[in-house]
Amino acid sequence: MGRVIFQAKQICKSYPGTIALDHVDFTAYAGSVNILVGENGAGKSTLMKIIAGAVQPTEGQLLLDGEPVAFATPTEAAEKGVGIVYQELDLCPNMTVAENIFLGHEPVKHGVINRQHQDDVTRHVLDRLDHKIDPDQVVGELGVSTQQIVAIAKALRRDAKVLIMDEPTSALSAGEVETLFRLIRDLKAQGVAIIYISHRLEELIEIGDYITVLRDGKISAHAEMDGLDIPWILRQMLGDTKLDVPHHGAEPSVDPILSVRNLSLPHTDSGAKVDNVSFDVKAGEIVGLFGLMGAGRTELLECLMGLHPEASGQVELAGETLGARLGVEQRIDRGMMLIPEDRQAAGIVQTMTLGENISLANLTRYERFGWLPRNFGARDVASTIKELAIKATSAAQMITTLSGGNQQKAIVGKALLIRPRLLLMDEPGRGIDVKAKAEIFTIMNRLATEGIGILFVSSEMKEIVALADRTLVMSEGRITAELARGKYDENDLMVSAARAREAV
Amino acid sequence: MKDMAKQDLKKSEHPESETRGTGPALGALLLKFRAFVALIVIMVLFTFLSSTFLTWSNLITVLVQSSINGLLAIGMTLVIVSGGIDLSVGAIAGLCGMVVGALIDVGIPIHALGVVVYPHAWAVVLIGIAAGALAGAVNGWIITRLNVAPFIATLGTLYIGRGLALLSNNGSTFPFLDGTKAHGNMGFPWLGNGLLLDIPVPIWLLAIATLAASAVATRTTFGRHIYAVGGNERAAALSGVKVRSVRARVYVISGALSALAGIVIAAQLDSAGAAAGTGYELNAIAAAVLGGTSLMGGKGTITGSVIGALVIAVLVDGLILLGVSDFWQMIITGFVIVVAVAIDQVQFNAVKFPWRGGAAVKR
Repeated sequence: MGRVIFQAKQICKSYPGTIALDHVDFTAYAGSVNILVGENGAGKSTLMKIIAGAVQPTEGQLLLDGEPVAFATPTEAAEKGVGIVYQELDLCPNMTVAENIFLGHEPVKHGVINRQHQDDVTRHVLDRLDHKIDPDQVVGELGVSTQQIVAIAKALRRDAKVLIMDEPTSALSAGEVETLFRLIRDLKAQGVAIIYISHRLEELIEIGDYITVLRDGKISAHAEMDGLDIPWILRQMLGDTKLDVPHHGAEPSVDPILSVRNLSLPHTDSGAKVDNVSFDVKAGEIVGLFGLMGAGRTELLECLMGLHPEASGQVELAGETLGARLGVEQRIDRGMMLIPEDRQAAGIVQTMTLGENISLANLTRYERFGWLPRNFGARDVASTIKELAIKATSAAQMITTLSGGNQQKAIVGKALLIRPRLLLMDEPGRGIDVKAKAEIFTIMNRLATEGIGILFVSSEMKEIVALADRTLVMSEGRITAELARGKYDENDLMVSAARAREAV
Repeated sequence: MKDMAKQDLKKSEHPESETRGTGPALGALLLKFRAFVALIVIMVLFTFLSSTFLTWSNLITVLVQSSINGLLAIGMTLVIVSGGIDLSVGAIAGLCGMVVGALIDVGIPIHALGVVVYPHAWAVVLIGIAAGALAGAVNGWIITRLNVAPFIATLGTLYIGRGLALLSNNGSTFPFLDGTKAHGNMGFPWLGNGLLLDIPVPIWLLAIATLAASAVATRTTFGRHIYAVGGNERAAALSGVKVRSVRARVYVISGALSALAGIVIAAQLDSAGAAAGTGYELNAIAAAVLGGTSLMGGKGTITGSVIGALVIAVLVDGLILLGVSDFWQMIITGFVIVVAVAIDQVQFNAVKFPWRGGAAVKR
């Protein structure tokens, strides 16, 4: 076992409404690759930013070489020997390699930048990485993998003892990954502790020495990598506790409310795609959509909601064909609504009150001769707050002052006011506490008994198993399995989710 | 920090802070109505300092003075609330003043028939406003279709508009807009100098525009959509708001109101000058921000901005009465703008980052 070089003890970080990290312990060993893994929203990036000094913890302590340290800024962390290479490389493409490496720390002699010194140190650091890159080359002209090496060099300029790498392989080809791994092994040999964050589980097995798994802001496992396999990691990431929500038990109708044939979306900014997908959702049926990050689940829901006019294939809602160019508002009129994954970025309007958020999608129905009457929608808002048990003192309260779970209920309430026939829910249980989660899921069950079709995305197997009448598993944009309720277990889900991945 | 969220919940049990505040109730209230508070304070101040300040004739003067900036601030508020900015309002005012001047002085020559048509004064006004709406539509088109940032798009149209205004009469003014009996186009200057029930027409125009815009902002789907787009564009889009259309339409309204402002300027001066309205965009932004409009979008009220315009007008008027020089007036106005934006930042932090901004409010 290596020497402990860095420790984070009992770290807590909370934002209004959510707890990102809950008493998290993390240890990094010198000369080792320390893996940090967890699903989106598990708190990985928050922990990483705390270690790198970009975010301050609410509680807890950081120890470097056994000494308590506090990093007010990433610069301070770098000075003390903790470097970071971000996923979106923080390089200025218009500047040279040497200028980038010294950005913010330009060596000055007699009031001017000492280029000679700058170039010498740059060459020295690049030599250490065993890469010959011209210090005077403009970064934008380099390939992605070379840029990555420059970013690593930048982080190493101050003899980093700890180097954090956030998804370093996300933009690399297989050959480039090998180069990177060779570099990582060199750094290990030099005694650097590497904190490595990635979603690519096969990679972790290959390169990792220790693994720490985060789930829902807590540590779910910390172990030596030896002898661990992908299913073990997945189990730790996704959890295997049962979710206590009684199933609605009603028979779904025979007629499909949603019918999708050969839906394809070539590629999106996120790199995910939808590849020739066909399925039905019946009225009163809850269909789960399981898969790992980047499997194309969110993109599939976005296609259905009309956010990708370039998508191809047929989509029918209650027998009516929805053209690819049909806008969101027209789809809402026809009775479908998307509840997005990222509540803050796409769910709530932060500048509005709870009531204004709830009524937002329903305004035209309150119009009288083109005008909104006084107190329009007040009754709908009040009954929504009551029915969904949203905890708020009044509808005039700012939505940002509510907890995450209550914000989520408000978004569900907004969708219900349009009297939907089909709800598309992307990770409805994400980032909210267990009690609110159970409430949301109970609401979903009730909606199904009322004849609403629900298609929901989840990365949590327990949610899928507890909620779904039927589960579609997606991988690499394709549906790799369709599993009926009660006829599968979490192992089947994992196998299907990883299927196409292995093939690629 | 979870505790903090709870505290916020508790705070909002006070009815005062229910609407917007996360800071202390009184502080939030003062912030929210800061323009009104500022207006009262400086009016009381000037009443003590100058015997002529609180007189009917002076107050009417102040209102007339504020009417141009008020009209521009109304459009500016809608644009800023939607998450944009309109730097072209002054140029559109100048350009539309020239359009109106040309229509009255030169008319519309129809070469094929060899005649010149002189539209009625009311038609002239309507054409002028339509020209402003068209200019606003161009802004909206550039911003939503060509995806040019509003600041840059309207900076460009500011130059284009001013250039067109200068070009329209080779840099000269169109003087004497009274029209002639023979042409049947008399009465235009009434818009600037006329009285209706003893109150100058520009004040009526400002009052009507304020009420109408306020009603649109608070009592129509479109108005609510403006706030939603400025607050969170993606959430608005997923709620069925036609984001592009909303963003484009606010510029059309702003353009039309700019034109109205330019027409009032021309009517007041009884002459249309190509340089009219130069720099007014900044006054309008100042009024909007002073009135509580957040430059980050999503927040602001029409009445607040009009009060903001009144604050600026009262300030200038009072300083003139006190014999303060033009130069000092500029310095003080600048000071007010900076303070207003500083207050906006404090308020922005308090709302968007309650976990750190809450402290900022207390400080």
